Amino acid sequence: MSRIAINGVSMSSLRRSQDVRRLGAWVLGALILAVMTGPSGTTTSPTAGFTGSLLHPRVLGYLAFGLVMWALSTARVRSRDRVHSATRGVQQLREKLLGDNRVRHGTYLVLLVLAILVPTQLNSFWQEVLVDQIGVFVLLAVGLNVVVGYAGLLDLGYIAFYAIGAYSAAYWTGALPVHPVFHLNPFYVIPLAILAAVVAGVILGVPTLRLRGDYLAIVTLGFGEIISIVATNLSSVTGGAQGIIGIPHFSVHLSSFHYQWGLSNLPYYYLLLGFVVIVLVAFRSLENSRVGRALAAIREDEVAAEASGVGVLKYKVMAFAIGASTSGFAGLLFASKISFVAPGDFTVQLSILILVLVTFGGMGSLPGAVLGAAVLQWAPEYLRNHPILGFQQQDLYIYLGALLVVMMIFRPSGIWPSRRRRRELALAEEGVGTADAMSGSSDPAAGPG
Amino acid sequence: MCIIHPFWSLLVSGLSDGFLYALIALGYTLVYGVLQLINFAHSEVFMSGGFAGYFILNRTIGSHTPHGLDSVLMVVLGTVGGAVFGGLVAFGLERAAYRPLRRRNAPRIAFLISAIGASYFLYNLAGKEFGRDAVSIKAPFNLDGNAFRLFGAQVQTYQVVVAVAAIVMLVGLDRMVAVTRLGKGIRAVAQDADTASLMGVNIDRVISQTFVIGGLLGGAAGFLFGLNYGVVYTMGFTPGLKAFTAAVLGGIGNIRGAVVGGLVLGLVENFGSACIQTSWRDVIAFGILVAVLIIRPTGLLGERLGRSA
Repeated sequence: MSRIAINGVSMSSLRRSQDVRRLGAWVLGALILAVMTGPSGTTTSPTAGFTGSLLHPRVLGYLAFGLVMWALSTARVRSRDRVHSATRGVQQLREKLLGDNRVRHGTYLVLLVLAILVPTQLNSFWQEVLVDQIGVFVLLAVGLNVVVGYAGLLDLGYIAFYAIGAYSAAYWTGALPVHPVFHLNPFYVIPLAILAAVVAGVILGVPTLRLRGDYLAIVTLGFGEIISIVATNLSSVTGGAQGIIGIPHFSVHLSSFHYQWGLSNLPYYYLLLGFVVIVLVAFRSLENSRVGRALAAIREDEVAAEASGVGVLKYKVMAFAIGASTSGFAGLLFASKISFVAPGDFTVQLSILILVLVTFGGMGSLPGAVLGAAVLQWAPEYLRNHPILGFQQQDLYIYLGALLVVMMIFRPSGIWPSRRRRRELALAEEGVGTADAMSGSSDPAAGPG
Repeated sequence: MCIIHPFWSLLVSGLSDGFLYALIALGYTLVYGVLQLINFAHSEVFMSGGFAGYFILNRTIGSHTPHGLDSVLMVVLGTVGGAVFGGLVAFGLERAAYRPLRRRNAPRIAFLISAIGASYFLYNLAGKEFGRDAVSIKAPFNLDGNAFRLFGAQVQTYQVVVAVAAIVMLVGLDRMVAVTRLGKGIRAVAQDADTASLMGVNIDRVISQTFVIGGLLGGAAGFLFGLNYGVVYTMGFTPGLKAFTAAVLGGIGNIRGAVVGGLVLGLVENFGSACIQTSWRDVIAFGILVAVLIIRPTGLLGERLGRSA
């Protein structure tokens, strides 16, 4: 291929063969999409799903979609420069607006006001979605963003820390079969749950963060499994597979003022909103702090960071533990909200779900993580009740898996990238820096990036 | 002690499990050798091999369990079918989830995330298309039957079949890597991809073929595993995690290391689970993984495909 291009004579034939190849990819993609969205098969008729999707008139719609996308993409490649110059103005405006602190803070204020006012207008179904699906997962995504985005580490057992937080809540409030010396209000459990998650994160992180980054991924994956095995099997402590009920709700008892959060969603929503705002502000300042700068340095060039006196392992463990603590905190909040905790809530695929939320929104971007969590948690709920699109909840991970691949191929920086992260990714692709912390600091066998 | 009395039967079942782990671990180790990346979607290659074997055998075998030469033929058919399908999936996987990123020189985290995405896509799609209940492959021979006794322990025919199939494939792979042109290419890319490409090795092709070889072994292992344990769309996860442990235990990127690691893991797991409740069995492999990573991260035989294979 490259030889033809060097000749320069047959550039057009090269372009044509690229177009043909792209056409093939789009058609294949459209067919896969048709199968994904088509009817399901069963073990007795394993081909029913495929024939129902591919030998049905609906496949024509998908093929047409594929062709249109192909036409658009080839046209886009041809006129990329033109489009670039056309969008540069918009881009500059966006950069200027985002760069202006007054505009940015004003936007945040408007969004906050909307977040306070809009839920009161929703029906109870959407209020519940807002708390159980969106609010908790925004918190989780923002926490994983510290690990995946800021530190460039891959944590696939993130939900294990959520479990630790939830079981801490159950323990300290006296809901577990084993009782503490004194029972606490969930508010006072917050530091204890966070502490438990941080301790677990440090114990797991210190040995594995020395190694190459992909080992961390697999160890955390295994850790997530272990936590759910332990929670299931150690029934004398954790209540076993059927879980624990009766975790008390949050409550406030001041001298003459008593308030208890109940099963209704709106009060929990505002509690959650308050915590999310606190966490967001804290992580924003973390990003611009000494720790945040150290993490950026490690991401961009670990060797150079180490040589400049940045304690690589220390900061990696710190980021990992901060992520773990956020997850533990979210676990505590959710366990107390539904006053129930069971091992079935901590499946590995939830860790993957949160990873999808972060990568979709934009690794290393706080607004991205919030937006990703909000959009991707809202969409299945919306589509589930949709009369035409009729989406099945059990197919969710087909879409999320495909979304991860597609995002990594076409837009690795996410839908709302952080400017710094996007630049790093672009630089890494040119061979400058690494854009992640995957190579491992004290690992003799680690290759260059 | 819990391991003394059933020592020989634990040894036999440990080796049988170990051979399966070794076959899967080779997929991780080969890909690691050429790309320095964990192929998170390898467990789905394994799963697809199981399904291929299931569909082939359940179509071919009638209501009676075959005997004699027919059994051998059916086992070979299932193994080859599983291997071919595993190889196809691995090929498609490399094309879809790895190659576009490699072209762009994407950071490593992007490869891992894209592989995880492919893994979730594949196994949930299998669940959607083939049903989400576990199914069993029609037995090509009497699965409960025993082949012979070893120091008082019964050796099941199934265990013999696994061992024979695995040994044939392992020897074949070892020779292939040592002797053939492709094997040389794999070793060259593993040692130094840039230099290999200067020497005229077509890196893209070698990487693609490495995925396919790993897929062949993983798919065959999927069928052999499915024979005894049944086939279900989530079947890849736990064996995948354990096989990765085996690969790390032996030294990731090291072909013989993967075999040694697989056998050691199978033995430790079987002897270990004799002493504890079976529900804790999966914890053993993870404990080994963490212990190896802390004590000897380069594994028993050391890393690197190029040097020691």
